[in-house]
Amino acid sequence: MTTRFNAIQRRPDGAALIVAVVLAGFGALLITQGAAIPDKGGYAGIGSGDTLIFVGAGLVLLALAHGVKAFVTGAEAVPGQRVAPLLFIVGGLLCQLVLLHPLGFSVASGVLFALTAAAFGKRNVALTLPIGIVFAFAVYGIFDRVLQLNLPGGFVEHLIYGG
Amino acid sequence: MTTFDFLLQGLAVALDPMILMYALIGVTLGTAVGVLPGIGPALTVALLLPVTYGLDPAGSLIMFAGIYYGGMYGGSTTSILLNTPGESASIVTALEGNKMARAGRGGAALATAAIGSFVAGLLATLALAFLAPHVVKLALIFGPREYFALMMLAFVTVSAAFGDSALRGLTSLFIGLGLALIGIDGLTGQARLSFDVPQLLDGIEVTTLAVAMFAVGEALFVAAQIGGAEDKVHAIKGAVAMTREDWRRSWKPWLRGTAIGFPIGAMPAGGADIASFLSYGTEKRFSGHADEFGHGAIEGVAGPEAANNAAAAGTLVPLLTLGLPTTATAAIMLAGFQQFGLQPGPLLFVTSPDLVWGLIASLLIANVMLLVLNLPLIRLWVKLLTIPRHWLYAGILLFATLGTIGLNPSPVELGMLIIFGVMGYLMRVYGYPIAPVVVGLILGPMAEQQLRRALSIAQGDWATLVSTPVSAGILALAVVALVVPALMRLRGRGAVLAQMAGDED
Repeated sequence: MTTRFNAIQRRPDGAALIVAVVLAGFGALLITQGAAIPDKGGYAGIGSGDTLIFVGAGLVLLALAHGVKAFVTGAEAVPGQRVAPLLFIVGGLLCQLVLLHPLGFSVASGVLFALTAAAFGKRNVALTLPIGIVFAFAVYGIFDRVLQLNLPGGFVEHLIYGG
Repeated sequence: MTTFDFLLQGLAVALDPMILMYALIGVTLGTAVGVLPGIGPALTVALLLPVTYGLDPAGSLIMFAGIYYGGMYGGSTTSILLNTPGESASIVTALEGNKMARAGRGGAALATAAIGSFVAGLLATLALAFLAPHVVKLALIFGPREYFALMMLAFVTVSAAFGDSALRGLTSLFIGLGLALIGIDGLTGQARLSFDVPQLLDGIEVTTLAVAMFAVGEALFVAAQIGGAEDKVHAIKGAVAMTREDWRRSWKPWLRGTAIGFPIGAMPAGGADIASFLSYGTEKRFSGHADEFGHGAIEGVAGPEAANNAAAAGTLVPLLTLGLPTTATAAIMLAGFQQFGLQPGPLLFVTSPDLVWGLIASLLIANVMLLVLNLPLIRLWVKLLTIPRHWLYAGILLFATLGTIGLNPSPVELGMLIIFGVMGYLMRVYGYPIAPVVVGLILGPMAEQQLRRALSIAQGDWATLVSTPVSAGILALAVVALVVPALMRLRGRGAVLAQMAGDED
């Protein structure tokens, strides 16, 4: 729950307009996809496609409401956001996605760990990366070996746990 | 057999050494994760779901329930010693509890929170045990239209009734409903919105969405705030115990909090946030120390803490008897049930009574374990509060991805985790609630099926939805819950509703 302090507002709310466009796009997608599904309403009278149209219509209505609100209420002050930490975390998640299968869980997750720590100001990768890999390796040991979760292993896991 | 016999039978299941072990692991993990700042019960349950994948259904559900209760206990510690509550249901606890901690009365605040949670958890779990069979009987006469009406009510209360904006809540809900439509239609087998991507045919996993929105979104949000200084932990001075005066002032709020919390949790009327808020208001009115409120009144900790734990037990009533999740946490628990092919609802009480009653009995045992874990061992948990944020969030993200990788290590699934994580971040920045998305995702398909079944039975006659007093009454209630708050906001009374909202519960 965040408290917002509304200053005197004149400009239309850009964020609300963007939300309106996104909602309208999602809604239109649902409606066109729903309309493309041949009607199999049967006894109910409504079929697979009709729910898509209903939810899509709801989204379009919400988009309209956002559009109206953008001009009536005006922009709300949103606290400024730092972009660099966001890039570090999303980058870490992407690295994990890419590295998971070639290098295995421990290394890929270690990279995620180090980049997340960097996002929170701990930029010393020479320290955080090894800690992350060792931590992820321990997690792999507990979850893959003891709790029988099937985690993708790489050369490190195969070398130490064997296969 | 009476409820009492069933409960004894359940206790026999729950006292099995292996099951006791699972319960103990559950409450310990739940408390440990729940204590961590910024992690509420919904996220605790979602993060620890993978721990239970490899176990048998009974053991894992019991561990799961322990995690849920433990997360609720752990959150109160955070909110008393830090000013940023770990769970939104504890925001009210933070008001008075943090003031008490600053005044050097942190020990008493922690003690009344723990004992109050114990009293409320015990009474509310017993109430659950005695109420559940009656709701099950009621549920057996419910047809698709009544279920549909109940789900409509749950949709409205989770999205539009509380919070500062019905528009934002409904937007979140419809995003969830839209995402729920991805995959194969359960009634006709028609593929919808799959765009020929085979992974999308299975639909979006509730756990992936919940972990992405709660864990990844929260980590992104915390990292992006400017000048987010670390919060100071207040040291506990003195013993974690209460004086005679504290006891005298606490026992009535505990009971009142339980009486307020349980019914609110048991009805599809929103979660623990609302219960603890109402309890706070009640205590302010009833205690003879109204002037102390805002400066560390013990009633303001005792009542809301009891209410929030009683509500947590209360939400298990619709979840277990009707299969109806009314909070984000309950939605994730439902996903946990479903991974074992168990569908909570009236039939579960008939087909697996051992499991259901074992679960209820272990909740009673978990409560006792939590009291022991939280009173003498509290200083151990407090140490967790001092973990620096960079290690904390690095670990959280590692566990968040672990669950997704363990279920389905495909790039598509991890890609969804990233996309929904960014979405969760943006929703936090612009003040859209998260819980309706998760509830919409899991309840949407259920509501659709019930609606289409009801209409099939009535051969397409929409009037069937209001043709029984029960369904018409519930639908009317849903309309009231949608319209009355909107009128209140128009007349400038929205601040009260905004206070009652939380990000999750």
